[in-house]
Amino acid sequence: MTMHSNAAPSPAAPILEVSHLGVAYGNDARKVQVVHDVSLAVSPGEALGIVGESGCGKSQTMLAVLRLLPRGGRVSGGAVRFDGRDVLALSARDVRGIRGHGLALISQDALTALNPAMTIGTQMAEPLIHYDGVSGAQARKRCAELLDLVGIPGATSRLGSYPHELSGGMRQRALIAMAISANPKVLIADEPTTALDVTTQAQILQLIDRLRRDLGMALILITHDLGVVAGVTDRVAVMYAGRVVETATTEDLFASPRHPYTKALLDSTARIEGQVSDRLSPIPGLPPDPRSPVSGCAFHPRCSYVRDVCHQDLPQLVDGIAGGEHPVRCFVDPFVTAPARRAGEAAR
Amino acid sequence: MLSFILNRALQIIPVIIGVTIATFLLAQIIPGDPADVLLGSTASEETRQELRTALGLSEPVYIQYGIYLKNLLQGDLGQSFTFAEPVTQVLVSRLFNTSLLAIAAIILASIVGVAAGTWAALKPGSIRDQGLSVVVLFFNSMPSFWLGLVLILIFGLHLRLLPVGGMDDATGSLAGLAAHMVLPTFTLAAWSLAVIARMTRSAILDVINSDYIRTARSRGVSEARIVLRHALPNAMPTVITVIGMQMGFLLSGAVLTETVFSWPGIGLAMYQAISTRDIPLIQGGILVLAIAFVLINFVVDILYAYFNPKIKLA
Amino acid sequence: MSTPAIRLKDVSIRFPIRKGVLRRVVGEVRAVDSISFDINEGETVGLVGESGSGKSTTGRGLLGLSHLSGGTVECFGQDLAALKRDRGALPRISQLVFQDPYASLNPRMTIGETLGEVLHVHRLVPPAEIGARVAKLLDDVGLRRETAERHPHALSGGQRQRVAIARALAIEPKFIVLDEVVSALDVSIQGQIVNLLQDLQRQRNLTYLFITHDLSIVRHVSHSIVVLYGGQIMEMGPRDSLFAQPLHPYTSALLSAVPVPDPRIERARARLEVRSEPPDPSAPLPGCRFQRSCAFAISRCQIERPVLRPIGSHDSRHVAACHRMDEPLVREALSRASHGALS
Repeated sequence: MTMHSNAAPSPAAPILEVSHLGVAYGNDARKVQVVHDVSLAVSPGEALGIVGESGCGKSQTMLAVLRLLPRGGRVSGGAVRFDGRDVLALSARDVRGIRGHGLALISQDALTALNPAMTIGTQMAEPLIHYDGVSGAQARKRCAELLDLVGIPGATSRLGSYPHELSGGMRQRALIAMAISANPKVLIADEPTTALDVTTQAQILQLIDRLRRDLGMALILITHDLGVVAGVTDRVAVMYAGRVVETATTEDLFASPRHPYTKALLDSTARIEGQVSDRLSPIPGLPPDPRSPVSGCAFHPRCSYVRDVCHQDLPQLVDGIAGGEHPVRCFVDPFVTAPARRAGEAAR
Repeated sequence: MLSFILNRALQIIPVIIGVTIATFLLAQIIPGDPADVLLGSTASEETRQELRTALGLSEPVYIQYGIYLKNLLQGDLGQSFTFAEPVTQVLVSRLFNTSLLAIAAIILASIVGVAAGTWAALKPGSIRDQGLSVVVLFFNSMPSFWLGLVLILIFGLHLRLLPVGGMDDATGSLAGLAAHMVLPTFTLAAWSLAVIARMTRSAILDVINSDYIRTARSRGVSEARIVLRHALPNAMPTVITVIGMQMGFLLSGAVLTETVFSWPGIGLAMYQAISTRDIPLIQGGILVLAIAFVLINFVVDILYAYFNPKIKLA
Repeated sequence: MSTPAIRLKDVSIRFPIRKGVLRRVVGEVRAVDSISFDINEGETVGLVGESGSGKSTTGRGLLGLSHLSGGTVECFGQDLAALKRDRGALPRISQLVFQDPYASLNPRMTIGETLGEVLHVHRLVPPAEIGARVAKLLDDVGLRRETAERHPHALSGGQRQRVAIARALAIEPKFIVLDEVVSALDVSIQGQIVNLLQDLQRQRNLTYLFITHDLSIVRHVSHSIVVLYGGQIMEMGPRDSLFAQPLHPYTSALLSAVPVPDPRIERARARLEVRSEPPDPSAPLPGCRFQRSCAFAISRCQIERPVLRPIGSHDSRHVAACHRMDEPLVREALSRASHGALS
């Protein structure tokens, strides 16, 4: 059986490459596999979106890459290469060198992601002073520049503020400033705008996009919102039940989604543009619980294109009929096959 | 902050009135007639009755309470039968001794407890962590009088390293005092030390799973800094509350420890008072201990608010 | 159209700010500032706004959970204040379902016990029939009957939200305030809940106030829309008219900020920036609430509070509060920002 790489061939060698990564919780007797065989790659300066719903394994994949899985979680297989180094084999000390400097993380809720008992300036400067050996005054100057760069007005005075004294948008900006403080090569943003108001979300996305271009970073944007990836990514990987089910360039994915899940997700999204449909078209049923995995293709109980083969066999991630650079994990192609049953017939 | 302190101070008054009622009634409930104790069972009923009248024991209960309260406000807690001294005098001279022991114990318990808890939390599930759990369980399940006796046996009688009773040697030197303090302080601190260590460990493990800890890790901050600079300060409010509660418990723990080590504190006096049914001294002792407990809680509340500028001071 | 089911007239909700030992009132937060709108029977009004806009406070005010500092609410022809005095009368008319059903369900009670308790407390059915009624309620919200024996933690977010809806329906209210009911759910599940709510509305002629920050969902569920900012109504009108031609710069800014799942549209869009943070509700500025954030603000906006009014030959039910909305240049800019690139 040939394994296909999830990632489309990129012009430059990838800076971060995840291959056949698995993440599991618990011991062997009660193992819960939350990420299966995920392969992804991102080139310098490229923006990759990872889209999926809660529990699909998108955040777990990236925490495994950063070696930040919570207790009980472990990598059950595969490899992570960053800048030519095997991340999973690095010593704890070397991993610290990669975190922040190579791979930086922005998490969802800046209120909980910032230490409530420390001023913004102190937490920003911490790795600069204690890892890079920058002097206190220099670190302060650098932090003020960074806050200015992310659009926080009165940056110098803000260094002395505690997180709860800032608004939601400003906190998220401060978190972004912290993430880019050590000039990372890859910025991993995990739902960076989910907790924000829509107008603030637009500003933060614009900021992340601008910083990526100006600083030449690669971006991995993890989100449940297809609208968010549409604007700021070059390529998108769609995840369902711990597996990548489709990857394509952003243009391709939205123009011709090939996995029934991607298609259903797009159809179920309420929109502010186009015709108002009287009813939304939700995906019937519920996503599977990783503690009781589904046989065959994990999406088959909810899929409107389901065939007999989907119940037993797991489809591999292979290039679709349309040719390369758009691999899909599905036995059917919704563009050439009619649905086997209407949406909504599946068990609820 | 000032209004918060005033508010809490006002709340203390009814508590203290309640304490005086409780201590008064407590003494009423204790079975046994002081006349028997003082005069022996051979005395005639007439002599006993005279003594009761002299002591005010034949008045109705509420009158006795009124007298008690009036005397209390004048600093008169009555006369101790056993020490043949005013209760106030007995307690004042001993309050210092008890405080010395209690303060030494809480300092020991806090420093060692927080350090041990933090050290264990650095590597949850490790051998050192499990080792701490065993020690905690050991200290928490061992009564302090037994621990005291074991320590006396080992360090005092077998190794002959430390004195086993009293407060100072004949010279009255500071070194002598220190030597006499070692065993009682450790005995008194053991239980609290274990509780503080356990709570520090779990408070740190609670915050160690926070998002901001993950943020710090994702930026390459070292594990030691994460525990000391990120986790510990955020765990402090919980730890302070526990330490405050332990300070209260130490006062009651002092009764047993002082008895075992013949430490001339309130606890020992209380023990003697109870065994001789010295009601005024029992009342006075409980009152002093209860008021100390209330005041300690008051201070802890203020400290807690001080460490938590975000909590609503209402 | 007859009289509306719910009518808000100049409703204000203010919260005092207290300080010091004596808890003296030193100021007030104007969470909701003199708003008026109607909800027709059997229809849905979408109440849209960002955090701090006063949308949830308005919903709570309608249910008698927040004290009205001014104005009146008419509920199916009766005054809210009178209904509040008659204990139990208000819950029988109006119910609340909110974002986090997990927090509102007792974790130690089974779903059947939770629903049964509501029926029992309000004496809606004889004790012997409670089981049957619970089963019927679960049917109505698309849950299996076995769900009655389960505890909240054993259910998914969508299922819990169905239970919360069943609990509201148990009392057979005429009006339900839906406060961010789908915001915490996955996209694929949101549609299930929205469709359920719409089906129930049609079957039972229910009246909804749908409170959300999500403009795309509100477009699907609402007959008309009210846009709140800083406790005041910026714009309101029938759904189609408002989305086709937003009149207020804030509405345009909101629409232009919503990400569209189509990269061609996303990349071509001109965004209308909101310049600053939301206003401080404890120190409102004179004039328009949106002045500081508005790209079109002029000196008049800092002095004079604009009133809600329609423009020109437009649908007279579609109104907005902006001094400059009639100006052709402003109209064109708004139209380009909010939907020009979308169509």
